[in-house]
Amino acid sequence: MTDAVLSVEGLTAGYVRDLPILRDVNLTLRRDTLCAIIGPNGAGKSTLIKAIAGLVPVSAGRVMLDGKPITGIRPDQMASLGLAYVPQTDNIFRSLKISENLALVLRRVPDRATRLDELYTLFPPLAEKRGDRAGSLSGGQRQMLAVAMALASRPRVMLMDEPSAGLSPKIQREVLDLARGLTEKGVSILLVEQNVKQALRVADHCYILAEGRNQIDGPAESILSDPAVGEIYLGGRRVGAA
Amino acid sequence: MIGMISYLAFFSTMAAIFAIAVLGLNLHWGYTGLFNGGVVAFFGAGAYGTMILGGRADATVLGGFGLPFLVALAGGVVLAGMLAWIVGLLTVRLRHDYLAISTFGVAIAFESLTRNAEWLTGGARGLRGFPRPFEAAVGNNFVYGLLFLAFVLLVLVLVYIGLERLVRSPFGRALRAIREDETAARSLGKNPTRLRLTSFVIGSMIMGVAGGLYVSFYAFVSPQDLAPILTFQIWAMLIVGGAGNNRGAILGAFLIWAAWTASGFLLARHAPVAMQIYTGSIQYILIGSVIVGMLLWRPQGLLPERLETSAGPDRTRPAGTNTTATTNKGVT
Ligand SMILES: Nc1ncnc2c1ncn2[C@@H]1O[C@H](COP(=O)(O)OP(=O)(O)OP(=O)(O)O)[C@@H](O)[C@H]1O
Ligand SMILES: [Mg+2]
Repeated sequence: MTDAVLSVEGLTAGYVRDLPILRDVNLTLRRDTLCAIIGPNGAGKSTLIKAIAGLVPVSAGRVMLDGKPITGIRPDQMASLGLAYVPQTDNIFRSLKISENLALVLRRVPDRATRLDELYTLFPPLAEKRGDRAGSLSGGQRQMLAVAMALASRPRVMLMDEPSAGLSPKIQREVLDLARGLTEKGVSILLVEQNVKQALRVADHCYILAEGRNQIDGPAESILSDPAVGEIYLGGRRVGAA
Repeated sequence: MIGMISYLAFFSTMAAIFAIAVLGLNLHWGYTGLFNGGVVAFFGAGAYGTMILGGRADATVLGGFGLPFLVALAGGVVLAGMLAWIVGLLTVRLRHDYLAISTFGVAIAFESLTRNAEWLTGGARGLRGFPRPFEAAVGNNFVYGLLFLAFVLLVLVLVYIGLERLVRSPFGRALRAIREDETAARSLGKNPTRLRLTSFVIGSMIMGVAGGLYVSFYAFVSPQDLAPILTFQIWAMLIVGGAGNNRGAILGAFLIWAAWTASGFLLARHAPVAMQIYTGSIQYILIGSVIVGMLLWRPQGLLPERLETSAGPDRTRPAGTNTTATTNKGVT
């Protein structure tokens, strides 16, 4: 486990005091891999991602980035620690131009001109539309911009909350392939996904969450054949089920 | 003829002073999404600050230090900024309606303070007497009116240029980002609380400038000048002109001030005598109707925020971007 870049240990967290949504969640993301979190609606997937990003108060447990605790650090300071977060919705600024969206996040990047060129090279459609309002982008292009913004500060770890939601199957595949491709560029990815098959196609490791608790986890290829998966989705055999 | 010009100069001076306050509000609401319902408090802090520091000595109050005009004005502006900073620390975490209510309360409290702190503000009778800059040297009232107008317009232009640069700067970009989505901005490394506080203080200082000019123009200030209607007038100016557009803010100030003066004039002239006592109330209703009507039919204002696309004239490239990046080299 020495190559864990992000680890979540015994995390209990929720939006309201004394009303935990997540209970004792454990998770490890290994360096340069893609780890998927799947689970039914309301399982607490987004809450887990937000708790890691510092957006939801944590009442117990801790989050470690490269072996250093980052629990409870203000979200606006996470970026400088190498952790980027792509929210499930509203992840770009529609009233700003594409170039402005990128300039916004490149503010603290020392070589921002070079980095901007790199991002435009990585996402040619964004370069083409750089002078347009981000609100005029298509759904897939918006996700692209959101990912580009998260990548701007060269994070080591990227948290993505359902990057493929609301996209056509073809674009869904493209977005997930894009995420997969990033692991070869030194970015470790923790990703929430609704589409189990798609998630398992690109993931190395997979966690199943339900009712705010770890259910099962394992290498992506073995999860798909696990009969327990279907049962967890259908409501039986859950840890902590009422 | 001279009467006409001198009236126009008076009208324009007032409109320009309001325009400055509207520009301050535009930084709050138009660019940051801060709902300041107490504009008059910051306008008033600038007004009283300037008057106390630069006004003529008066044995009944503490102030009247007779400091040079620009020093007094700067002092008023700093006072408005300090008030905004304190109010801001307590309230900038609040959003929209809550911020509006608490700033409205601050304005009421401020007005009440000026009414009661007689040793400082002269209470209800206010402060009178302000040696206006160069007035003695010019002598002629008509010429002085034009000169003062020129000075106010100069300040307006300076504030306009300063704000245009500010909102196009990285700071302004971050403000527009938090206006749209605070959580996203936070997770991208921005600190919304600090940004909002900074914007709140700067915008309030601009309102303080307007207040300072206002008292140096009238050489008089009293709690009457801080009635809540002023806040609504300034809001109406911004909504009519177009929030998020500094030119719209200025246009709105001139239009609403024209409508306000014209309606006052017409009511005084043509309304039945029995109705004359309600002139003020009728004007209140008019301003309220303008705000509501505008929000219903043209919420973006006469000059909306410029949301140009690449087809538009303003296709600026960010610094350091070279065109080679657009030629599609690598793919994901
Ligand atoms: N802002 C909030 N305040 C209070 N409770 C919330 C908030 N957001 C989510 N919850 C609750 O937390 C629980 C988990 O929600 P979460 O959004 O983490 O689910 P999810 O697994 O991401 O679901 P989905 O697949 O629908 O995105 C739900 O019961 C939800 O009602
Ligand atoms: Mg979710």
